[in-house]
Amino acid sequence: MAGLAVAEAVSRSRTYPHGVLSYVDPDGYPVSVAVPHAEDTGADLVLGPVSRDLLPPEGAEVGVIFSHIRPQPGVGYDERRYVNVWGPARVEGGLVRVSPAKASGWDEAETPFFEYAERNVAAGREYMDKTGTRPRLSAFWTVFLATRLPFLTATVVPVALAGAIAGHDGRFALGWWLLCLLAAVAAHLGINVINDVADADSGSDSANVNPTPFSGGSRVIQYGLVSRRTMALTATGLYALAGGIGIVLAATRSTQLLWVGALALVLGYGYTARPFRFVHRGLGEPVVALGFGPVMAAGTYLAVTRAFSWESVYASIPVGLLTAMILYVNQVPDRPADAATGKRTLIVRWPKARVVAGYAAVCAVAFALVLAGPLLGITPVPTLLALGGAYWAVQTYRPLAERYELPYALIPLMQSNVVCHLATGLLLVLGYLLAIVF
Amino acid sequence: MWRMSHIALPPEVEELLRVALVAELTVLNATGRPISYPLIPLWDGSRVLFTSAVLFSRKLEHIKANPKVSVSLSDPLAMGGNADRAVIQGNAVVLDSEDPHTSFDRLLPMWREKEPVIDMFVKKRFGIPLFFERHTIEVEPTKVLLWRGGDTSRSPEVSIPRVAVGA
Repeated sequence: MAGLAVAEAVSRSRTYPHGVLSYVDPDGYPVSVAVPHAEDTGADLVLGPVSRDLLPPEGAEVGVIFSHIRPQPGVGYDERRYVNVWGPARVEGGLVRVSPAKASGWDEAETPFFEYAERNVAAGREYMDKTGTRPRLSAFWTVFLATRLPFLTATVVPVALAGAIAGHDGRFALGWWLLCLLAAVAAHLGINVINDVADADSGSDSANVNPTPFSGGSRVIQYGLVSRRTMALTATGLYALAGGIGIVLAATRSTQLLWVGALALVLGYGYTARPFRFVHRGLGEPVVALGFGPVMAAGTYLAVTRAFSWESVYASIPVGLLTAMILYVNQVPDRPADAATGKRTLIVRWPKARVVAGYAAVCAVAFALVLAGPLLGITPVPTLLALGGAYWAVQTYRPLAERYELPYALIPLMQSNVVCHLATGLLLVLGYLLAIVF
Repeated sequence: MWRMSHIALPPEVEELLRVALVAELTVLNATGRPISYPLIPLWDGSRVLFTSAVLFSRKLEHIKANPKVSVSLSDPLAMGGNADRAVIQGNAVVLDSEDPHTSFDRLLPMWREKEPVIDMFVKKRFGIPLFFERHTIEVEPTKVLLWRGGDTSRSPEVSIPRVAVGA
């Protein structure tokens, strides 16, 4: 129930065929009786006629609710909206004149239910605190949400690509590759978790009332499912695991991996955390492109083969760029909250037209690199299959401008954008595997 | 939580409760102001039940402070075209000793009859976890007003619900 200007509430109430007039009867119980509008103009609500047995006492404060739903057989209902007004009542014959002094209401066409629910999270948590209860989910779903597990595709793709390139070079070593994958997964999950801690500290996730499955953070801290301390400890543990594996790899495979690890740590931890806070400075996208592209792929290749590969750097640039575009598009619905809390991402800094054009330009560069690889003799010809990923880039780009202001309408776009990265990356991997066979 | 007493309402009112997708629950705040909330009414054959997410907990606080409530069944569109109207006054209790995480489980069969899509949301409760931390509001009717045909300019038929202990 949100505040509503009285005049607006009165105007809206007249679009409903009837209201429910409420007042307190002599026994102290509310009476709530359906009444039609008797007049359609003026600042007051004139309602009735009402049965003489049920007229409110002269001057009593009454409430009137006007409520609407549209039944949807087999589903439930939609088009939920209501208006509440309160004020003193005067009885005029069989009619009741209400002079509204206060109003509230909700219309899901204006405030979608999920946003409405999100705006009430603080009240819900306060109530649970008072009653000594805590929200909870199963352990699986808590871990799934807290770590944002599905985003691991951003890690699996460059690590798989590096493995495929190593295989193409005849230097693939499964054990070392699996160890790299484990380290990369731990580092990525650590980044996700510390990102939530940083966004909880800055207030940007709390300020975001339009979270989607792709944006607005995991919200486990905001919902009270996991404490900030547990999240910070989890991130530390994940970083320790990644760092420990990194040290083993550096000691046994190549000391140069220490530099790769140090760079990955700075990029990953500094993404949202102080002192770097790259994403707050509008550097989130280049950092992600670098970290989830060349750093991860070249690092994996180095650990697996004990050699550096420019090819792994080149081939992973499109993957890194498309990962950055996942972040980029996912920040579109976050921009009001990000702007309000000083998280000045590119999306916050740039006007809509530039953001949309920026997406097209980066995708064009990514696919141009895929195309140029075989032409320049850097990557094998079958990697051209990855151009197929452009289909999902187009699916994301086309409606982007039109749905820019509609957080929930952006969800299918954010989904196709994730598929764009995944499909392009996996087709690149497939291209290398085909090049091994043929 | 099953009680030993059985409360019978006029059949027309029970039918309204059975079909209504929405009713207006009116509670009283600390200053005595009536505040109405549109909610799905459920009828277990003895009590009117509502389930409220902790997200929208103000009504729960009001009921705990003052249990006197009324339930209005007023919208023919939300009652399958049934034009009868009714008001049920009664005493409400918030069953907050129940686990809010599972309290609505026993209400689900009745809830899904009116809003089948709820099953999909329950499966995806991880997306809106606080929506599925809920408390049940149980209203014991004390007085019923019925308007056959829905014309509230006429006097209602007033009845006091019959209570059969041990049913």
